[in-house]
Amino acid sequence: MNLEMGLFVFMLATFVGLEIIRKVSPLLHTPLMSLTNAISAISVVGAILITGASNATMLSKVLGFVAITSVFTNIVSGFLITDRMVKMFKRPGEKK
Amino acid sequence: MAQLVQYIYIVSAALFILSLKWMNRPASSRRGVWAGATGMVLAVVGTLIGFPGLLGGAGIGNVHNWAWIAVAMIIGGAVGVPIAYIMPMTAVPQRTALSHACGALAAALVGTAEFYQSNALHEPLPGFKLVALVIETLLGFLTFTGSLMAMGKLQEVLPQRPITYRNQNTVNFVLFAIALGLAVRLVLVPSDTFLFPIFVGLSLLFGVLLIIPIGGADMPTVIAILNSYAGLSACAMGFALGNNLLVVAGALDGSSGLILSIIMCRAMNRSFTNVLFGAFGQIQTKTAAKEQRPVRSASPEEAAAILEASSSVIIVPGYGLAVAQAQHKIRELFDNLTRRGIDVKFAIHPVAGRMPGHMNVLLAEADIPYDRLYEMDDINSEFPQCDVALVIGANDVTNPAARHDKTSPIYGMPILDVDKAHTVMVIKRSMNPGFAGIDNELYYMDKTLMLFGDAKAFVTEILKELPARVAA
Repeated sequence: MNLEMGLFVFMLATFVGLEIIRKVSPLLHTPLMSLTNAISAISVVGAILITGASNATMLSKVLGFVAITSVFTNIVSGFLITDRMVKMFKRPGEKK
Repeated sequence: MAQLVQYIYIVSAALFILSLKWMNRPASSRRGVWAGATGMVLAVVGTLIGFPGLLGGAGIGNVHNWAWIAVAMIIGGAVGVPIAYIMPMTAVPQRTALSHACGALAAALVGTAEFYQSNALHEPLPGFKLVALVIETLLGFLTFTGSLMAMGKLQEVLPQRPITYRNQNTVNFVLFAIALGLAVRLVLVPSDTFLFPIFVGLSLLFGVLLIIPIGGADMPTVIAILNSYAGLSACAMGFALGNNLLVVAGALDGSSGLILSIIMCRAMNRSFTNVLFGAFGQIQTKTAAKEQRPVRSASPEEAAAILEASSSVIIVPGYGLAVAQAQHKIRELFDNLTRRGIDVKFAIHPVAGRMPGHMNVLLAEADIPYDRLYEMDDINSEFPQCDVALVIGANDVTNPAARHDKTSPIYGMPILDVDKAHTVMVIKRSMNPGFAGIDNELYYMDKTLMLFGDAKAFVTEILKELPARVAA
């Protein structure tokens, strides 16, 4: 990937993000934030690439290990707690 | 295989976008969560099965150090599950701050590892990748300590009051300039590895210094800004690794944090710079010495009688309600009044609670139907026709001074027009001013009745009066 291509993708994704997020109901801003937080744990990809490389140095392995651990905590707790929250939003008459 | 991975990443990016799109309303929000989780699983699987080899080619066979990866995932998962299920809803802001910290730490550590790796192997990175890498590391480390500080303030282990000292902004600026200077030097001469730990140390320190002058009342904005930074550091990682999926996901997170922080700033009539460098809450400590003005107070019986006689009630909840754990009692009151044919609505100010949208989650948890929760702009026109406005645990967001008193520190802040209701009732512990230390003139109006007591206890008392009247 070259720089221009990356910037192009970044620009488009930012505008898509701004438009989509603007439409999110304020009711759901808290779950939205935990969801985007879980999604930004996509840095797990980088952490795996660093840790799993055949020429990874000891330092890379240790830092990668800590990175995967913390980011995996985010993935698991982020999606689960968002689901727990959105489940609570009930329409009238829709009691548990 | 290398091709296949790219296709998997495209699907994954599309799922992330759909995931956020489906968050636009409660009915589709669960689908949104599942789309996001599926996208994440695809991203991880795709990365593993298309792992790049050193001499070109890609495949799962190129993955080394399986034990490190697997153990890290197991530990992360084992920590994550209890966090998700045990965390009470009042503590969600702290959890969010903690996960910003974790995410940012991961990005920063990956950046650090990459930096040393390329140096150790004498494989210099192209210039723009190095730039991305230092940005990733800088943002990552400062968001890490900044989020930990925010979490400490939310959890109240750190003082809520802004911590200020002389020339604070100058000190911060100089530190940041040094960090930037080091970053530039590292990009130009990456072999100066001895500078890297200093750069890391400054980034960490800067995160702390950035948050300590910000008061507890501004935490909703700060969390949103940190959310944005965490996203941008993931995005920078995408540039450093040449991975478009990271760029997309990071940009989505970054723009989400940006929009939420703009909404929060607007709701408090503040600018970004003012939140970050203004040390709010410090200025108005002198308003305390005011003459005692008379207020009207009422008993639970009287409050119950007024509520019973009304035909429309708007409840204005604030964070004080959550502190008193009164959500479920409010639900009982809501049910009781609704059964009598009284129209009950909830007016939610954007900064009610400790993070954007927090109050909605707290009320939803107490089984209050979400179509009864109204945003400020949608409900303000209804206050003049409303019989009773019942304010519970909210203060500054109901202060009419924000509309007309130019000397008030909150002048210009959008408020809920509670004072326009026919009768106003305020449940409050005492006449002590609220968090920002500003006297609320709403309390001295002729139509206002102060209900002194703990929110939960007082609502319980009101409820005791209500069924008795039905029987009679």
